[in-house]
Amino acid sequence: MADTQSNELKVREKQEVTSPAEQTKPGLIFTPAVDIFETEKEITLLADVPGVKADDLTIDIRDNTLTLSADIAPVDGTDEVDILVEYESGRYYRQFTLGELINQENIDAKLSDGVLRLSLPKVEKATPKKITVKAG
Amino acid sequence: MIYRRFFNVPTWRFRSPLEELYRMRQQMEQLLESAAPQQREAAGVLPLINLTEGKDNYYVRAELPGVKGDDLDIQVTANNLAISGERKIAAEEEGARYHRREREAGKFSRMIGLPGEVDTNKVDAKLENGILTVVISKAEIAKPKQITVK
Repeated sequence: MADTQSNELKVREKQEVTSPAEQTKPGLIFTPAVDIFETEKEITLLADVPGVKADDLTIDIRDNTLTLSADIAPVDGTDEVDILVEYESGRYYRQFTLGELINQENIDAKLSDGVLRLSLPKVEKATPKKITVKAG
Repeated sequence: MIYRRFFNVPTWRFRSPLEELYRMRQQMEQLLESAAPQQREAAGVLPLINLTEGKDNYYVRAELPGVKGDDLDIQVTANNLAISGERKIAAEEEGARYHRREREAGKFSRMIGLPGEVDTNKVDAKLENGILTVVISKAEIAKPKQITVK
């Protein structure tokens, strides 16, 4: 019983952001849900950004701050009348502070089915090197 | 949230006084629904959907990032639409240390009542950039007919 329950996805409302400064463009802004994990060589970030096209996504790294922002194109046709509105669409925005040094030239970003996969390779000196001590 | 629901009405056309009354009733219902969060949560089944109506079609949209078309099952009856599926998140390589884990995987299913009769032969579904769009054609009898006066 407990197993089947944990396997069911629960409804989670999109998280709306209140930005520190007022936006120039009107509209709503949401924080995308992310997974971040680290291996010895790189940090990988997965973000859910449904409705975003590759051209509309901006990834920026400056002073160890990673900024994701994405615009979405409106989906509704002009002659459609809303009957039921359960979610709202809007831009996505999220920032992260990176603790490790990132090799900015080899960042790889892929977008498929509304999920962004960002690979941030660590710079050489940040990857732990194992030094074997030779007896002699 | 309430204010947005209430004021952000897409079309303010005053075609007939009856239509305006109907719209007001719809808004009241929406307002009541958002004012009673417990009730909404009880009915809250994934995925969250937006339902809109065009002249000939109903449009059902849902945000399903990371869901493949093969993992979705969509069925239409005369006035119901059933969406079920599974969101899978592939396991990453061994030794990955997670900093954050906010994305969830699992099964979902949902039944949506459509406001009118539909033509079950004319249903089109596409999954694009993580957004599912189901276009359901209205049944011939339910479509508005233009009548020219001679």
